[in-house]
Amino acid sequence: MDFAFFLIQLLNGLQYGLLLFLVASGLTLIFGIMGIINLAHGSFYMVGAYLAWSLSSLTGSLTVAILLAIPLTVILGMGLERLLFRHLYQRDHLYQVLLTYGLILVFEELRSLIWGDDVHGVAVPALLNASIPLTENLSYPVYRLAISGVCLLLAAALYLLIQKTRLGMMIRAGASNRDMVQSLGIDIKLIYTLVFALGIALAAFAGMINAPLSSVFRNLGSHVLIICFVVVVIGGIGSVKGAMAASLLIGLAETFGQVLVPEVAGMIVYVLMAVVLVWRPQGLFGKA
Amino acid sequence: MNSSRFAQLLPWFVLGLLALFPLVENTFYMQLLTKVLIMAIFAMSLDLLVGYTGLVSFGHAAYFGLAGYTLALMSPGYEAVSLWWSLPAAIVVCALFALITGMLVLRTRGIYFIMVTLAFAQMLFFVFHDTKLGGGSDGAYIYVKPSMRLGDFELVNLEKAEQFYWLVLFLMAAAYLLLHRVLDSSFGRALLGIKVNEHRMRALGFPVFRYQLASFTLAGSLAGIAGYLAAVQYGFVNPEILSWHQSGAVLMMVILGGMGTLYGAVIGSFAFILLQEVLSNQAWFGAWAKHWQLAMGILIMLVALYLPQGLAGLAQKFRGKPVPESADD
Repeated sequence: MDFAFFLIQLLNGLQYGLLLFLVASGLTLIFGIMGIINLAHGSFYMVGAYLAWSLSSLTGSLTVAILLAIPLTVILGMGLERLLFRHLYQRDHLYQVLLTYGLILVFEELRSLIWGDDVHGVAVPALLNASIPLTENLSYPVYRLAISGVCLLLAAALYLLIQKTRLGMMIRAGASNRDMVQSLGIDIKLIYTLVFALGIALAAFAGMINAPLSSVFRNLGSHVLIICFVVVVIGGIGSVKGAMAASLLIGLAETFGQVLVPEVAGMIVYVLMAVVLVWRPQGLFGKA
Repeated sequence: MNSSRFAQLLPWFVLGLLALFPLVENTFYMQLLTKVLIMAIFAMSLDLLVGYTGLVSFGHAAYFGLAGYTLALMSPGYEAVSLWWSLPAAIVVCALFALITGMLVLRTRGIYFIMVTLAFAQMLFFVFHDTKLGGGSDGAYIYVKPSMRLGDFELVNLEKAEQFYWLVLFLMAAAYLLLHRVLDSSFGRALLGIKVNEHRMRALGFPVFRYQLASFTLAGSLAGIAGYLAAVQYGFVNPEILSWHQSGAVLMMVILGGMGTLYGAVIGSFAFILLQEVLSNQAWFGAWAKHWQLAMGILIMLVALYLPQGLAGLAQKFRGKPVPESADD
C-alpha cells in the first residue's frame, strides 16, 4: 500500500466516521437526555436522503434542496415528539422498542408509496464537483472533503451548544433531574421537543449530504442505524464525546477492513463491540 | 364445573381440537396453522426472556435463523436428513451460540441490552449474507425434508404435511409444558424476582448472572426448535429469517398476546399471522395489500400505546380481574 492510497483510505474512513457521528450523536443525545431508545432513527436518515433526491430533482440544486429539507425534518421531528414519543418517556423500554419498530414499518411503506422502490442517484453540487490530484492516476474528490468539513463544524457547534450556552446548561440539567429543572420554572417539555428535533434533523442532514455518495435506495437507513447502535455502545450512552471517538474508530475500522480483509469486513465492527463489552461494558466514555 | 377447573382443562381441550384439525382440512388452513404453531414456540421462548426474566431482546431471530441454517447445512442434498439427530444438533448449536452471546450481552442492561442483542443478531445476518456459507444473500434450499426412521421402518416423514403438523403441535405442547414446569419451579420464581428487583435478589445471595444466562440459553434453544421447524416448512433459508424485522415481529406477537402469560404468546402469534394474512389479502384490499406493513406498523404503534398488557390483559379487564403486575413499574 503506497502513501497516496493509504491517504485516500484514511480520508474516506474519517469522512465515513464523521458522517456516522452526525447520526449517532442524535441517538445518544435522545438516549442520554430523554431515556428513549429510538429504533426509527435510521428512518430519518432515509427520509433525509429521499428529500435531498426529490427536492434536488425539483429545484435542480442539492444546496437549495438541503436548505428546504432541513426545516421540514425539524418540523417532522417536533411533530412526532408531540404526537408519539412524549407518551413514552415514563414507559418501559419494551414499549419504546415496539412503537419505534412500528414507526420503521410505517416510514418504509410511506417511502415506497411516495417515492417508489427504485434506486436514484443524486448529483454533486457543481461548485464541489472536482478532484484533487494526488498522483498520476489517483485523486480525491472535493465533495468528500467538504462533507468532512461540514461534519466537523457541526460537531464543534454541538459541543459549544451543549457546554457553553444557557440552553445547553438546561439540557444537561434536564438530563440529570427532570423534576428539579421543571420546578425551577424551565419548560422541560419544550427542551425535550427541541432536543428530539435536533437529533432527528442531524440524522436527516447526514442522509442528505451523503445522498450523492451512497445514492438513494430502500433500506438505506437500517444499516446506518445498526452501525450507530454499535457506535453508541462503544462510546457510552449519552456521551457525545464518546460518540465522536467511537464513530471515528468504526469509520476507520470498516474502511480499512474492506481494503485489507474484505471477506470479514462486515464483522469487524461487531468484534470491536464484543471486545469493548468484555473490557468496559459501560462504553469508552460511559459512566459506570 | 367451577371456573378454575375449567381454566385447567381449557388448554387440553384446545390441544385436542388442534390435533383433530387435519381431519377437517389438510391443505391451506392446516399449513397456516402450522406456521402459527411454529411462531408460537418462537414467541413463547421470547416471552421467557421479556415476560419472565425482564430482558428485552431485540435480536431473538438470530437463534431462530441459526437453527434453520444449521438444518440447511446438514441436509445432504437429495436425501432426507434424520430427524433423530438433526433437530438435537440444531438445538445444541443454538444453545451454544446463546451461551456465548449471553455471556457478553448480559454484561449490559436496559437500552444497552436491546442494542447489543440487535447488534449480535445483525452480525450473524452479515455472516450468512456476505460469506458463501449457506449460499450468501440467495440462501440455501432444503430439497428433501427430514424423516425419522427406526431400522427400516419410517416413523415420521415430514414430506407429509399432516405428519409435520402433528410434530409441530407436539413440540409446541412440549415447549409449553416445559416452560410451565420451569417457571413453576424455584428457578422460575427466582427469575421473576430478578425481573422485579435484580439488586434485591443479588443481595439475597442469588447468582443473578447465572440465572439470567440459563434463561437466555433456554430461550435461544427453544427459538432454535422453532427455527428448525420453520426451515422445514418453507424448504429454504435465506438471511431474511434472522433479520431484525423477524425479531420485531416476534416481539409484537409476545406483547400483542400479553407478555408474562405463556398462553398469551400462542394467542399473539395466532392473532399476528391472522392479521398478516388478512391485511395482505389482495381480494380484499387490492393494491393496498402490497403495502400491508403500513397498517401493521400503525397497529403495532397502537398496541404499544394503548394495549400494553395485550389481548390477555384486555380479556382480564373485561372479566373485572386485576391485571397482573404492570411492566411500567
